[in-house]
Amino acid sequence: MNNFEFSRATDVADAVRQIAADPGARFVAGGTNLIDLIKEGVTKPSRLIDITRLQLNRIEDTNDGGLRIGALVPNSDLAYHPEIDKRYPLLASAILAGASPQLRNMATTGGNLLQRTRCLYFYDTTTPCNKREPGSGCSAIDGLNRMHAVLGASEQCIATHPSDMCVALAALEARVLTAGRNGERSIALADFHRLPGDAPQIDTNLGKDEIITGVELPPDGFAENYSYLKIRDRLSYAFALVSVAAALEIENGVIRQARLALGGVAHKPWRDQRAEAQLSGAPPARESFARAAETVLRQARGFGHNDFKIELARRAIVRALSQAASGTPQSQIDKRVR
Amino acid sequence: MAKSSAARKQHEKLPAPAKMTVTLHVNGVARKINLAPWTTLLDALRIHIGLTGTKKGCDHGQCGACTVLVDGRRINSCLALAVMKDAAQITTIEGLAKDGALHPVQQAFIDHDAFQCGYCTPGQICSAVGLISESRAHSAEEIRELMSGNICRCGAYPNIVGAIEQAMSRKSASRPKGGA
Repeated sequence: MNNFEFSRATDVADAVRQIAADPGARFVAGGTNLIDLIKEGVTKPSRLIDITRLQLNRIEDTNDGGLRIGALVPNSDLAYHPEIDKRYPLLASAILAGASPQLRNMATTGGNLLQRTRCLYFYDTTTPCNKREPGSGCSAIDGLNRMHAVLGASEQCIATHPSDMCVALAALEARVLTAGRNGERSIALADFHRLPGDAPQIDTNLGKDEIITGVELPPDGFAENYSYLKIRDRLSYAFALVSVAAALEIENGVIRQARLALGGVAHKPWRDQRAEAQLSGAPPARESFARAAETVLRQARGFGHNDFKIELARRAIVRALSQAASGTPQSQIDKRVR
Repeated sequence: MAKSSAARKQHEKLPAPAKMTVTLHVNGVARKINLAPWTTLLDALRIHIGLTGTKKGCDHGQCGACTVLVDGRRINSCLALAVMKDAAQITTIEGLAKDGALHPVQQAFIDHDAFQCGYCTPGQICSAVGLISESRAHSAEEIRELMSGNICRCGAYPNIVGAIEQAMSRKSASRPKGGA
């Protein structure tokens, strides 16, 4: 690892003050992604600011009937929290589909939002990568791109966002709460992560002097009809090739409201509101789900090795929506897909 | 391997931050150590304290060989900075046996021949101790899923699951149900 300074932040204001004072500094909490990136020489911070002593580890009710999750709540505590389990089982399921128990014990809610891509070229400092070194080129476009994006990619970058948690948060219309020198903000999850465009080095719209303080969930958790279906190369402890968060509200045999977000296919959690609108008012049947899948994938494009992801995504969408409709969500223990 | 002179030069240009003093409570013993902020908990345990039972496998959080318990929770010590664990209670494989008697999970691994080369075993055992205290695994299937953070390249998995089942059943037999 490279040498870095180390300091501790005492509260949110102190953390903001410290990050603003040193442009090369990074916050550290769980460290599961950042420490690895430093070891690999991908990220070279001048200073790490330990934020684990900030009082951001609570899960509490909001006035509108939702939940506010502190940025430092560990992934495991969040997934197993009784209120999350009861009211937002889609979120619990997505978190438990990711990483390992040890990593979930360390990783935090805020850190999960800021995970960087697992693109092998991003990690391999001997190869060009526009995300790691802007302007150097993208090695994945003509390289080994089996894991890469089929939606929303650019000529500059075809990396994917690795998080499972964020896919569920996108479907649930969560908001990211931040604090910075210009005060506090609440950012819709859909607007938090970015597509690569011409600036793939910038993953999110979080300001340089901002800190994530929490995540807010709206009241509607779709606890009756949901499923998180993750397809990967091995059954556990692997990043998604394709994952689907599906949530439905069904009334009198008709879909009243639908939410559909995909992981592993784009630079950000890929939510498609056009497909959701198509589903609302339709019967919860295979034909409706297939039509929604067509819509989601209307502009999908493969880069060679990852062409299979388009058909895989189509089938995963239909299956996840079917699981949601029948009230039989994908188990994260028994991985057989039914 | 020797660093290239270019890499060395770049390294020398970076500041050399002051070492920091932290106290790690390892297996019940307070250890005051002076280390650079980029020292991982794994390196602090192995190099600074000399407890080499915790193993360095991948050093990237992908294999679980470095699993230890911090304040009772299993974590990958290769991805934790020692300076961030100041005052924490850390349990390593060396701290599991009590009064000369092996921990029930250690004994179960021997009973079930739950290893071949043994390199992943300290991490497997610490992870299993964490798993059992979490109380979320109730079947072989759940044990497999919740032990997925520990890789065994010898493929001793069936015996590892058997060992953990034994340790779990002894625990539930010796303690009243519904306890904390």
